Amino acid sequence: MIRTLIAALFLAAPAAAEVTIQEVTSPGGIDAWLVEERSIPFVALELRFRGGASLDEPGKRGATNLMMALLEEGAGDLDARGFAQATEELAARFDFDAYDDTLTIGAEFLTENRDEAVELLRLALQEPAFNQTALDRVRGQVESIIRSDAQDADDVASNTYFDLAFGDHPYGTDLNGTLDSVAALTREDIFAAHRNALVRDQLYVGAVGDISADELGVLLDDLLGGLPASGAALAPEIDYDLAGGVTVVDFASPQSTALFGHGGIERDDPDFFAAFILNEILGGRGLESRLSQEVREKRGLTYGVSSFLVSKDRAQMYLGSVRSSNDRIGQAIDVIRDEWTRMADEGVTAEELEETKLYLTGAYPLRFDGNGTIANILAGMQMQDLGVDYIATRNDKVNAVTLEEINRVAAELLQPENLHFVVVGQPDALETTN
Amino acid sequence: MFATSLRLIAAAAVTCLALPAMAAERVTNFMLDNGMEVVVIEDNRAPVVVHMVWYKAGSADEPEGKSGIAHYLEHLMFKATETLEDGEFSRIVAANGGTDNAFTSYDYTAYFQRVAADRLELMMQMESERMVNLRLDEDDIATERDVVIEERNQRTDSDPGSIFNEQRRAAQYLNHRYGIPIIGWRHEIETLGLADAQAWYDAHYAPNNAVLVVAGDVTPDEVRALAETYYGPIPANPAITERARPQEPPQLSERRMIYRDARVAQPYVTRSYLAPERDSGAQETAAALLYLSEILGGSGATSVLGKALQFDGQRAVYTAAFYGGQSLDDTTFGLIAVPVPGVSLQEIEDEMDAVIAQFMVDGIDLDQFERIKTQIRASGIYAQDNTEALARRYGSALTQGLTVEDVQAWPNILQAVTPDDVMAAAEMIFDRSNAVTGWLMSDAPAQEVSQ
Repeated sequence: MIRTLIAALFLAAPAAAEVTIQEVTSPGGIDAWLVEERSIPFVALELRFRGGASLDEPGKRGATNLMMALLEEGAGDLDARGFAQATEELAARFDFDAYDDTLTIGAEFLTENRDEAVELLRLALQEPAFNQTALDRVRGQVESIIRSDAQDADDVASNTYFDLAFGDHPYGTDLNGTLDSVAALTREDIFAAHRNALVRDQLYVGAVGDISADELGVLLDDLLGGLPASGAALAPEIDYDLAGGVTVVDFASPQSTALFGHGGIERDDPDFFAAFILNEILGGRGLESRLSQEVREKRGLTYGVSSFLVSKDRAQMYLGSVRSSNDRIGQAIDVIRDEWTRMADEGVTAEELEETKLYLTGAYPLRFDGNGTIANILAGMQMQDLGVDYIATRNDKVNAVTLEEINRVAAELLQPENLHFVVVGQPDALETTN
Repeated sequence: MFATSLRLIAAAAVTCLALPAMAAERVTNFMLDNGMEVVVIEDNRAPVVVHMVWYKAGSADEPEGKSGIAHYLEHLMFKATETLEDGEFSRIVAANGGTDNAFTSYDYTAYFQRVAADRLELMMQMESERMVNLRLDEDDIATERDVVIEERNQRTDSDPGSIFNEQRRAAQYLNHRYGIPIIGWRHEIETLGLADAQAWYDAHYAPNNAVLVVAGDVTPDEVRALAETYYGPIPANPAITERARPQEPPQLSERRMIYRDARVAQPYVTRSYLAPERDSGAQETAAALLYLSEILGGSGATSVLGKALQFDGQRAVYTAAFYGGQSLDDTTFGLIAVPVPGVSLQEIEDEMDAVIAQFMVDGIDLDQFERIKTQIRASGIYAQDNTEALARRYGSALTQGLTVEDVQAWPNILQAVTPDDVMAAAEMIFDRSNAVTGWLMSDAPAQEVSQ
């Protein structure tokens, strides 16, 4: 009886995303996407700057990250404590983060004191103090994080993997920098990182909440109009060419952590949607993926295994991760290799493709839930050069992928012989290959 | 400054500042004839619904020697039922564009799905099915136990901060099962079997031990009709009675512990005091303790500990205070300090104590108090943006001894707290005889040499 009802419900069309995006250009020429949502008296604003920590100059690794951490540590006439107190008085929320390709600034502020909150954020972005006391204090925090990461298996795995894959390119090292590089950073380096990265021609803006298009335009000119028009050149493109194999990093722990992968696919490649669905089936979606079924559900070798397409600005990868006891990680890796090979050889079934399309198309509209979440999506879509009509057409693109297409892409994209496994732990019967 | 710095510590400190809503959200609650409580939170901004069933059974309700059974059963709830195959529950949710998961805590086990609003009926149909029709078999049991042991390896045994926290809680509670880890001690997990899982399921999974929370693009009438159709026919289990777990005796002796682990890169010290929780109809002391935690350790730049140890003294890279007010039984109030290189754990502990002692003399900076009050009020506005978090707030409250009325009274209780209330709470809480002081440190003795 239950199956009958389920079959009936499958026929229902997926819900449609109910967001109306306004494309806004401020009087001063700053573009933004806005969703007006008046039911809660606050605005969520997401600013993103392309370039990110990869803009670090040679020998200055960690400068961009430290710069972002210092934006709330004093600006204009306010020292760090004054800035924090002012933020607390307004109950505004600011969040500054650095990633390899992007710097993000998230802000939430109440309608009742919007102008004061925006002025405070303007100070942080345009008149940061970067005073020596704050620099030294926050440097100490970053150094503490670097020391902790060196003792964290996940971080050791990713740092090792990216070093092998990208060497001297900024993608080859952690954006926090090293103890040596961070120790050497000066105020001038931080100001330089600020000038290089927070610039208008790399800016993308998403806004959601209790504000009109006209009001947003004025706000953006106040907030961002004084930033330089342009900054440093982006990091160069780099080809992924790490050979297949195994690298073991000795690390005292009952469990081994493995990060593995090979080259990937560009976000704007015509085959991207096929690759995206393929990954959902292989190792993307929860416990239903083939990797989860084979490694976790059938054999109990892990609590979590997954794979993911990593389409960075300057390089593409197809990665995965798994953790398993030292005596069983070898078996887990064998199963993963076998599944990778089976998928490359045989592709997906028509049923898997259909089920995954149902999941992806049904889940898509559910993302647009909450002002902060939608602001993030709006900024991300602009960075990926997707039009406002993408929301309406995205599910059609998923549904258009055919079985022939996805299985051709499986054969091309999956390269079991090129999988490189970085294993951090004390695995039985696994050794570094040459 | 990094709000999220030091993941190790964030994981160790059980921060649970359940900040209040201003009760502006539209909430309806009622009870089915079989004793199942229902809460409906309306939010029509997106065509989405979150469907949750919370059971008043967590790890602290487990029988002796069976630690981890609540969490283990949570895993097994995704296996076969009378009409669903192993894994089919999640497959059907996914095929409908939804996501699902579950979580276990000391006081509750909860299952949830997030789906398009027009799939709510299907979720209720399946969730009501597995409330009473789970069909466990020996194969599932053995494989899933391996998965749970790998989960313990990953979450606990690979992370010295988690091991430290586990040991700290064990030292904190003399009699209550809050001292035993949710995931269970390894040697007990290894012995859990089918009969244990079945016994746990039979004893706790019933409508009169459950709370249904539905949040999103729905109306209370719709939810009531569906709940009566799917959950309504399940009979109450008359064997389920009021929860009564072993309580703490008076704690008379201060405890100190040291955990050494070669993987520790950043040593730190914690102090946790046994503390009262939010009780139904009596949440005032908990409200004052929440202020106290914000005043002492809420923000690095403006809190009492942050100002003294991170800014003025430059003695710590990180400080915080934590208070888990929502808890069925006695909870803890804690302090943490992470010294800068060259400052020993003994020194930072002494300095932390000196800062608290001075605070007890000086009292509260009234400007700081007002800023915190403003932020707490504003958090009610921001909280309305996250329907799933609101649903969690009600589900956890109702399985931790509170009522819908308590949740809705909480914002006003917080706004009524005075500086005198906070100082009185501080006088009560800072009693070393019920405290555990813990040092997490590396094997290397160099960490203990001060400059």
